[in-house]
Amino acid sequence: MSGGPSRHRVLIIVPAWNEQDAITGTIREIRAVVPDADLLVIDDGSVDRTAQRAREAGATVCPLPFNLGVGGAMRTGYRYALRHGYDAAVQIDADGQHDPRYLARLLERLDGHDKADIVVGARFATPDDPYKVRGPRRWAMVLLAWVLSRLAHTRLTDVTSGFRVSNRRAISVFATHYPAEYLGDTVESLVIAARAGLVITQEPVTMRARVAGRASHSPIKATVYLFRAIVALLLALVRDWPSQLEEGTSEEALVDIATGEVGR
Amino acid sequence: MSGVTILGLTGSVLILLALFEMMRRHRLREKYALIWALVALAIVTVAAFPSLLIRVSEAIGLEVPANLLFFVASMVIMVLTLQHSSELGRLEERTRTLAEEIALLRLEIDEHRHATGGVRPVEPTDERSE
Repeated sequence: MSGGPSRHRVLIIVPAWNEQDAITGTIREIRAVVPDADLLVIDDGSVDRTAQRAREAGATVCPLPFNLGVGGAMRTGYRYALRHGYDAAVQIDADGQHDPRYLARLLERLDGHDKADIVVGARFATPDDPYKVRGPRRWAMVLLAWVLSRLAHTRLTDVTSGFRVSNRRAISVFATHYPAEYLGDTVESLVIAARAGLVITQEPVTMRARVAGRASHSPIKATVYLFRAIVALLLALVRDWPSQLEEGTSEEALVDIATGEVGR
Repeated sequence: MSGVTILGLTGSVLILLALFEMMRRHRLREKYALIWALVALAIVTVAAFPSLLIRVSEAIGLEVPANLLFFVASMVIMVLTLQHSSELGRLEERTRTLAEEIALLRLEIDEHRHATGGVRPVEPTDERSE
């Protein structure tokens, strides 16, 4: 925990599902900006050449046998981070939305003056943020941000951001409890983190447009998103956590494996 | 013996036989078989003694005894479906955990092979289509 940021072992987890057009550029950029961090691409059951291109670009690739969604991919990544004793893990999306240049600032906030366990790279944190969202999608984001801010006792403006850094404590929680359900990888995982007593904070970032554009602007889809977000949030809030995930490997077992690995 | 009674008895006996046969062939685990056995026995009882149904519905104050049958039947089906949903959820969670573990193990094997000077996993054990 002590020592400069350079002593930290950082794992960058890149969940990728059918991202063959974007993956090479994303990996090259991460390599150029943060050369001393380890890079783990979780191939989430892609049917295209994502895994092959990621390997060619020099990343370690962990191939899931079928598509699990971002939640499953990220829990795999957190398990890898825990077992290999990383000090920090960060999620960077394969589509190039997350600018790795912010990584240094996010990592600096980790275990900084506010003792943060999780730092979320957040949009909408500054008034001049170019990323604009309107209508029901915006309302959903505002509602989610408000509820989670109350829960985490801090101001959060963008809880659906996947761009986030976790320290050892957060990694060990997420290695066991990282929901694979709708919005589970962002919203519910933050609820779990807050309930586990982790300190959550945010750092303003600017996100880029996706390399392979897919973001929908249909008002019907935005309304459906609003309702699904509300349902996901309510479920996350009322769930009896952590007994809901009795089937997962227990945290203690994972830590045992991790310490065994370190001891060898 | 009325036609309705024969129909009911035949149906319930068929269910019991199917249940027994499935258990014998290891096609049904006993935790599900128990519930279905109770259901089948209840059907046999009601089919053999329809007066039972009529007396119970009179005691509750139902005018049409069939309504009691429908109500109980729909409740039983709902409970069974709910149980299946919950079992399905648990299975999904287990499958997910297994998939994650397999991915991590595959990665570990790849790294191990690479470290021991084996074939470099450029085109590895990927049986997926390109």
